[in-house]
Amino acid sequence: MASVTLDKVNKVFGHTPIIKDVDLDIGDGEFVVFVGPSGCGKSTLLRLIAGLESISDGELSIAGQVVNDLPPRERGVGMVFQSYALYPHMTVYENMAFGLKLAKTAKETIHERVMATARILQLEELLERKPKALSGGQRQRVAMGRAMAREPRILLFDEPLSNLDASLRVQMRNEIARLHQRLGSTMIYVTHDQVEAMTLADKIVVLNAGRVEQVGTPHELYQRPATRFVAGFIGSPTMNFLPATLVTGNDAGCRVRAAGIGELALPQDTAQQVAGEALTLGVRPEHLRLAEAAGDNAFEIVNVEYLGNEVYVYLEPKAGETLLIHRSEAPSPWRVGQKVALVPDPEQVHLFDAGDRALGVATARAVA
Amino acid sequence: MTTTTPSAPTRARPYRGTKVRRQRVRAAWTFLAPMLVALALVAGWPLLRTFYFSLTDGTLSTLGDASFIGLENYLVYDDGAWYGLLTDPMWWRSVWNTLFFAVVSVSLEVVFGVIVALILNVEFRGRMLVRAAVLIPWAIPTIVSAKMWAWMLNDQFGIINHLLMTLGIIDAPIAWTASATYSMWAVILVDVWKTIPFVALLALAALQMLPKDCYEAAEVDGIHPVRVFFKVTLPLITPALMVAVIFRLLDALRVFDVIYVLTSNASSTMTMSIYARQQLVEFQDVGYGSAASTLLFLIIALATVAYLYLGRNRLQLGGD
Repeated sequence: MASVTLDKVNKVFGHTPIIKDVDLDIGDGEFVVFVGPSGCGKSTLLRLIAGLESISDGELSIAGQVVNDLPPRERGVGMVFQSYALYPHMTVYENMAFGLKLAKTAKETIHERVMATARILQLEELLERKPKALSGGQRQRVAMGRAMAREPRILLFDEPLSNLDASLRVQMRNEIARLHQRLGSTMIYVTHDQVEAMTLADKIVVLNAGRVEQVGTPHELYQRPATRFVAGFIGSPTMNFLPATLVTGNDAGCRVRAAGIGELALPQDTAQQVAGEALTLGVRPEHLRLAEAAGDNAFEIVNVEYLGNEVYVYLEPKAGETLLIHRSEAPSPWRVGQKVALVPDPEQVHLFDAGDRALGVATARAVA
Repeated sequence: MTTTTPSAPTRARPYRGTKVRRQRVRAAWTFLAPMLVALALVAGWPLLRTFYFSLTDGTLSTLGDASFIGLENYLVYDDGAWYGLLTDPMWWRSVWNTLFFAVVSVSLEVVFGVIVALILNVEFRGRMLVRAAVLIPWAIPTIVSAKMWAWMLNDQFGIINHLLMTLGIIDAPIAWTASATYSMWAVILVDVWKTIPFVALLALAALQMLPKDCYEAAEVDGIHPVRVFFKVTLPLITPALMVAVIFRLLDALRVFDVIYVLTSNASSTMTMSIYARQQLVEFQDVGYGSAASTLLFLIIALATVAYLYLGRNRLQLGGD
């Protein structure tokens, strides 16, 4: 168990910067998830922590010790790979014991540790099997077991569930969460799946193009996304974005006009903005209300998806091509072809400036 | 009535299945036939002829009048003493030479082939060039490379003696290919030089198939690279090495060209093939020579079966 600190960490491959000035504090025993679209550098960041890649610039410390130049084995990390990376010619037992034999650990200790790990992960029945005789979920558990058996200070997971089918993914997600509660060790987990991030993390790190977009608890990221990117990445279905203009505003609130919606009174602090400035309005599908309407301001329903417990209504946007989504509990009265007005809940609306940064809610209101 | 209709297609289905299967079997035989005929003509027939000749007293000039003498070429008791191939110390010397040559040269080739493959498996500038260059010894015809080495190993003008003497390692030139002490090693050296690329290429192909992430896992677990090589790499490329070894072993057991060019009929390097050729061509004794050839075939077959039997588990590993 240990804390991890990244200070202005950079990674350059050839001439291409992959990780740019990443600062991060990971507390002892925390479950941190790196999330972002593919190519955002999240796996590279994990490999930097593991020591599989070297840091180009900056400082990485584990438990207060700078480990920039330490090889992986001296960092006290265990890693679970996306492809499991099991040794194909060894049995489950040998796979888990292989890393232990080196440490000049006594035979009995190795056996005890392997058996203890196998018990936690319910692998006892499978110890004599080779990886090819295991199912995907079982291989995944062996990979975790191998990483855990060495009792590392930090457990690293590199997209461990992406090779599993949907139902198994949910099951393994639960097992990992329970494992963290049980072991209490520091875990760093990389995924491109925001659902995994939301469900597992104590703290989510959203990465985009090698930079940290936002760090926060799942609740913070959902409620107060710092940028339009985070707002669009967290939450499913994704947040609706509408172009808007600032009509009037100050540090206590503002009025904005959006095409098709009209004027809205919002609690955001717009002291830094000028009237007429182009903004982006962000509303989650669950924070919209639909009302029957007609005329130019009405949106047309182009599709309705029924999911059993809830219904997604897709609307033709006034600008751009991305359909707007409304989400409500089933049953829903709306049909394809109907014209509706959008009524956002002002308390749940997000406002982004021209640089896609979120505007904060006015402090005067926040206090009240 | 309605209950009988569904059963009709179920009855018909197995019939259609056998028809398809019969068609497939027929197609398979059609494709195999040319190969089987060719094999029977170029391998089966000569083998049978050789076996037949080994049971006769035929000579090169009297092949037509050869008469059947049973197993006398192999072993015969005559006038209080045993005669025949199986009692000829020169034959057993050849067998021993062949086995020694095969085991030593194939072992060295595997060891050095794997080392070369490991080097070629590392990313470095000009790797493609080095890979192509490594193949050259394998691409040169054996006769040419043997002649080349014969010159390099020449006792008076050879560059090897020159180099060793310049470096002060030896005082007087060594007759590498003529001396009974060195000639076998000279032959092995040339064969190893020539065949390392073959083993290296097979090993390299196997190395490139290895899962990269296993090595990263081993790195994170802090396992020493040497241990990773013996515990992970070697077991995983063993199936490919087994294939390389069987190819090389079959080649080495019937070795002729490299030895014949370098040392001719010298007894210290005489192999089974050279012995058989000497009997057949030089001594014109087709019956006796054929007996030697037949035994050579049996020994190679035996070695192959033994190897496959001993290595069956390892070979299966590769089939997964």
